[in-house]
Amino acid sequence: MKPAFSVIFLTTLLGAGQGLFLALFTHQTYALFGLLPMQSDAYYGFGSALALLFLGGGLIASFFHLGRPERAWRSAAKWRTSWLSREVIVLPAFMGVVFIYAVVHVFGYLPEIVTLPSGLVIDLSVVIGTVGTLLAFALFVCTGMIYACLRFLREWNSPLTVINYILMGGSSGFILAAFFSATYAPTETDFFVGWAIIITLLAFAGRAASLVRNARLKPKSTMQTAIGVKHPYIVQRSMGSMGGNFNTREFFHGKSASFLRAIKPAFLILAFVVPLALLALGLFSPALLGVAFILQYLGLMAERWFFFAQANHPQNLYYQTIG
Amino acid sequence: MTQLALVIDLNVCVGCHACVTSCKEWNTSGSAGPLCDERPYDANPTGTFFNRVQTFEIGQYPHSETLHFPKSCLHCEDPPCVPVCPTGASYKRKEDGIVLVDYDKCIGCKYCTWACPYGAREFDEKAKVMKKCTLCVDRIYDMSMPENDRKPSCVKACPTSARLFGDIHDPESAVSQAIREDGGYALMPEWGTHPANHYLPRRKTKLKIHMDELERADNPLKVDGQLPKPAKGESTMDDVSAW
Repeated sequence: MKPAFSVIFLTTLLGAGQGLFLALFTHQTYALFGLLPMQSDAYYGFGSALALLFLGGGLIASFFHLGRPERAWRSAAKWRTSWLSREVIVLPAFMGVVFIYAVVHVFGYLPEIVTLPSGLVIDLSVVIGTVGTLLAFALFVCTGMIYACLRFLREWNSPLTVINYILMGGSSGFILAAFFSATYAPTETDFFVGWAIIITLLAFAGRAASLVRNARLKPKSTMQTAIGVKHPYIVQRSMGSMGGNFNTREFFHGKSASFLRAIKPAFLILAFVVPLALLALGLFSPALLGVAFILQYLGLMAERWFFFAQANHPQNLYYQTIG
Repeated sequence: MTQLALVIDLNVCVGCHACVTSCKEWNTSGSAGPLCDERPYDANPTGTFFNRVQTFEIGQYPHSETLHFPKSCLHCEDPPCVPVCPTGASYKRKEDGIVLVDYDKCIGCKYCTWACPYGAREFDEKAKVMKKCTLCVDRIYDMSMPENDRKPSCVKACPTSARLFGDIHDPESAVSQAIREDGGYALMPEWGTHPANHYLPRRKTKLKIHMDELERADNPLKVDGQLPKPAKGESTMDDVSAW
């Protein structure tokens, strides 16, 4: 498939935004149970505002993927059948909840909703944060399922696709949270660094597992099933267009096989190995956490490029020879 | 339930591209607006087509043959492109099974093309919406045309009648009979899309002659070895040969 930069930005920015919100609310939940010191409302408020910036960036990027962005509102219609439509509904809902979460924290509007028998006070931000957490995971599932539900694209058609979207977004967001905390709540940095290391390791394992799986895939469709002729030697001599056409532009990444081979170790190092090393060093030198986030973001963009480029669409069988 | 479809006979297709040009001509002139072409007379021409004829070489020289393969939307009975459309612009008509795109609802996200294993849809780079074969829906129901013309443009254009059009759910239709009796098959059956369009395979017409048919067993020449010598004006043995 041709990697579209709008979709690369969309998925990576959303992942970082969702991950950052999840990280902040994880901290608030720990603090609620007294496991960590509760931070100021400004910390949670401005942190989730930062998450909102990333989500907004992703939303803007998504419009560049559309031929007719002015009709984007129509895409909420078919949520019963289309994961893309579901994502279109869940994304603004999640952004709205993150916005409300940021607002109630920044303005300190935290009325008590219920007091549990144990004496635990559940205020408005906890309720909103819980809803936001559910929506963040729903958004990850929608984004992943957009790709995982396409049974012809066998590189994507696996639960690993959804799991990896969750883990890589989580990794990105927790590293961002660690960097944010290093600046605004240095005592809490270690908490996020610890979780970031765990999630990044899991993401590394998940992505490696999908690479192993994809390397072992055998194509289901062949030249023989594509045109229905039983013969071992079938060569296309003409695809029915003298220049390229939409089918040659949309489904081929347009780079050499050696480029594809080179980008795989590059993204594995940039998105997983380098951030893990910098996270460990970041325990002592917090400025490295910012570097870790930026380098990992570049690595995740390369990862997403590879994710699209590696998927081999069966329609390519019909478009092999221009002539 | 009606399911309109094309049945394409690969045995008689000569790869002349008449169906391609006729399709383009009809569908670029309709009320839905033109099918865009870019750089049509330049290097790297490109454009939107509903139908293309591809050519394959089967086997290795000298034991090879050329197969011309017209390809358009197959109007699947279980179309994977329809449920993924977020706006409902892609839909399958209940009354005749034609898969269509509502060009006024399409947002041009191209997700439907990802979900089609056949590469049957083409994005219009000028209209910025997805386009595909309509089975000439603006033609086959046009009562102002003579009944004989109420067929898809490609079918009317084919000089060898390689393209049949009809309802594959009606067992008595010509298309159903062709599929049944001439080995009609669907493309990429492994995905369970149940394409409505079918293809008829290449068939070699072979005449089987047995040795005893080469010589006439009751040839009177074999009886006595004498050549009959009828006089001029008399009838010959087989009314054909004469000496």
